[in-house]
Amino acid sequence: MFDSSALLRQRFAALRSTAELFSLRHVKQSHQALSVRRNVAEPPHFSQDEGAMLTVRVSGVEAYAATADLSQAGLQRALEQAEALARQVARHSLLDLREQPVTSARHDHVSPNFDQPIPNLADCLGLLAAESASVPKDSRLVDWQASLGLSLVEQTYLNSAGAELRHAQRFLFPGLSVTASDGQDSQSRSLGRDNFGQQGGFEIIERCGLVGAARQVADQALQLLLAPNTPSGPRDLLLMPDQMMLQIHESIGHPLEMDRILGDERNYAGTSFVKASDFGHLQYGSSLLNVTFDPTIGEELASYSFDDDGTPASKQFLIRDGLLLRPLGGALSQFRSGLDGVANSRACGWNRAPIDRMANLNIEPGDQPLDQLIQGIEHGILMRTNRSWSIDDARNKFQFGCEWGQLIENGELKGIVKNPSYRGISAQFWRNLEAVGDRSTFQVLGTPNCGKGEPNQVVRVGHASPACVFRQIDVFGGDA
Amino acid sequence: MKHLFQTLVAAVQDALQPGEQFTLGFSAEQSQFVRFNHAKVRQAGEVSQASAQLRLIRDGRQAEQQVTLSGDTQLGQQRLTAALAQLRQTLPLLAVDPYLRLDESAWHNLSQQDQALPELDQVLALLDREAGDLDLVGIYAAGPIYRGFASSFGAFGWHQADSFNVDWSLFHSNGQAVKANYAGQRWSADDFTARLRQAREQLGFLGRPAVTLKPGSYRAYLAPAAMDEIAGMLCWGGFSAQALATGNSALQRLYNGDAQLHPVVCFSEQVSGSLSPAFSDEGSPRLDVPLIQQGKALQRLVSARSAAEFELLANGADSYESPCALSLAPGSLPTAQVLERLGTGLYISNLWYLNYSDLPAARMTGLTRFATFWVENGEIQGPVSTMRFDDSLYSLLGSQLEDLTQEREMILSTSTYGQRSTGSSHLPGALVKGLTLTL
Repeated sequence: MFDSSALLRQRFAALRSTAELFSLRHVKQSHQALSVRRNVAEPPHFSQDEGAMLTVRVSGVEAYAATADLSQAGLQRALEQAEALARQVARHSLLDLREQPVTSARHDHVSPNFDQPIPNLADCLGLLAAESASVPKDSRLVDWQASLGLSLVEQTYLNSAGAELRHAQRFLFPGLSVTASDGQDSQSRSLGRDNFGQQGGFEIIERCGLVGAARQVADQALQLLLAPNTPSGPRDLLLMPDQMMLQIHESIGHPLEMDRILGDERNYAGTSFVKASDFGHLQYGSSLLNVTFDPTIGEELASYSFDDDGTPASKQFLIRDGLLLRPLGGALSQFRSGLDGVANSRACGWNRAPIDRMANLNIEPGDQPLDQLIQGIEHGILMRTNRSWSIDDARNKFQFGCEWGQLIENGELKGIVKNPSYRGISAQFWRNLEAVGDRSTFQVLGTPNCGKGEPNQVVRVGHASPACVFRQIDVFGGDA
Repeated sequence: MKHLFQTLVAAVQDALQPGEQFTLGFSAEQSQFVRFNHAKVRQAGEVSQASAQLRLIRDGRQAEQQVTLSGDTQLGQQRLTAALAQLRQTLPLLAVDPYLRLDESAWHNLSQQDQALPELDQVLALLDREAGDLDLVGIYAAGPIYRGFASSFGAFGWHQADSFNVDWSLFHSNGQAVKANYAGQRWSADDFTARLRQAREQLGFLGRPAVTLKPGSYRAYLAPAAMDEIAGMLCWGGFSAQALATGNSALQRLYNGDAQLHPVVCFSEQVSGSLSPAFSDEGSPRLDVPLIQQGKALQRLVSARSAAEFELLANGADSYESPCALSLAPGSLPTAQVLERLGTGLYISNLWYLNYSDLPAARMTGLTRFATFWVENGEIQGPVSTMRFDDSLYSLLGSQLEDLTQEREMILSTSTYGQRSTGSSHLPGALVKGLTLTL
């Protein structure tokens, strides 16, 4: 761990610059992707990536240069490139950062169980092959896949003010999916994949429930193929955590990103229906809604001690009792807006600059077990596992679809329905939050695929949530 | 870069042991990225990156490793040697891959398109002069892109092109916006200026009072940029041989012969003449492939792996079996007559955030974004607030399609996930009798 640190420190100390501030962010990542599809192992894919971003501040104007050439000359060249660029754009610069504070913190952050060994490649492939082989023989089961992604990331941030911040993190992404088809209709059921990933060791496989799950996942795909379509009309909606995470992500997370509110993302990811003046005033949801930025849940994907700009990370309520309190805005956005934010300035790698991103964005548990949530619904539907997502550029009008639906009548779970979908408007939807599940319904989930930024970046984000009930939501099914 | 790649290829070739074969992909770029907000520079940077993807094959087994390259030839060789060693240790742990198929031909393809790119100072000065008084937000991305491929069978491909992509929006004080793009390989300050001025003119329409629509079915014109979003959904497994064979394609019913599109609809993968490399990431020469002819399914995109698994003929598709240069043939509607032929309805410049609401039914949902106008009797009345649609492709490009425009736009991808994309699409606009708005 941190094998490169001594050399990086030495080379950083030898860099020469006239900038008032400069920094180096070195990122070394390795990834292993394993998959068994229809009982055949796909070719394993490995990757090794390493490079550094040099950032300078010259007369209050910042610019960067990213390079994979980590030699002394290569780093010096990149530093000079960044300096030249900062001077070149100075006359056109939007921001004057001369007064922005600079970190000088020194800290190491390591994922839980980082040193615990991971089973070797053959054992991992064996595990996936066994799961694949457990899918029952049925001509309607046309596709299935068991997969495991493993990522190791080491990052070192050094700056000319004396900061030294290091992260060593390990991420696992187990997954299983089965597709059933009758030639006309197809229905898929999945576990993990884009809805589940955590930091840590092989205990994550157990927490995901991958081992031994194939038979049930396949059976559910077949049940969906035979199920009627979801009926249309208003119903109470019980969302399980693996759909709640998407609902939180799209209609709380993105709209609260401060760089969107400041307009940076209007050409690509979009803007927000939330205004800077709403913080401290807007009743975002019902009084049951408590949303936190929480980097302290060790296994959650975006737990860390400092963000990529060197801001210390701590748990903060973004929404408390339904009232909007603070944005997802890192140090730069806080400097620009004058609002208190969180430590969420993040980059996907060495070749992209940090911007405001979601990290761990969670809903705090309430006080009702799942049985009680169901019993409280007279005419409703339970939905789980996201499969379709779409929301407008201001993050207001949304439409989401799930893999699995089950009707609820008079407080009891009834028949399974396929193509369960719902639509609504963020600004109204969270005010319909009627019940929040207790800690027994709470799950720590996350996705590796949150896209944003120009140039584009994909980062890992964590979402932990209990099951939640929303009153009178517009629900509908598919055409098939 | 080409020399670096050739040196690495030779090094891997020299390190090969009897019975081993390899393929080596290469991808690099030197990019200048400048973000704008409020017509000022929000963030500026330069990125120099390169990577090689080594695949080792022996005794019917294969594995691959990607490594970052620094430009230092010796270090690159060391990293590839280490990757080779790891792959050598990995192969015995794997079962024989029944779907391993290799292109053993010694094809050669070289493309080098060197063009002078503008100086950043020139771009900034021009933007300041033409749009300094506007609320402009967007990105300028420019620089050379390199792609390479080589194999132990003697195949060698090299693609090198200088390109730029300026993608921006102009915002009216009422929050409405118009989107514009200027991209390609031959920079012309005059063309860029004209595009900036055209966007400024369109901004004028956005100042009119906004029109609020209720959910329902509306006559609509979808401009090429809006059609690009729909085409993008079809690229998401629609034409993939694997997706079609496993119930995961939105065009399942079309390819089964159970449904068809309007006879004017002819889609093809048109690699020749596009900006994409002429070879796939799997190392096969890409082919032009007719996909849909007169509204009926024709061919699908077949990778070497799918060819083996589903007993098909490979046709140069990459491993994801996604088009890199999707083309939709033109129709008979002159673009100049679009407003007149639309009569009363929606003029939709862009769509946003599409996804399938019912994949087997090819039903998709998404939203209007940027300049969408309400038109009455061929006259623009005013901008329309964001609306959600939810409709089937068999309706939009089938029963409800009235015509496609005679003129098409070449749309170069603005994607920069991981690296700058070389993808493109060539699309007309579409006039539809009914588009279902739901929210």
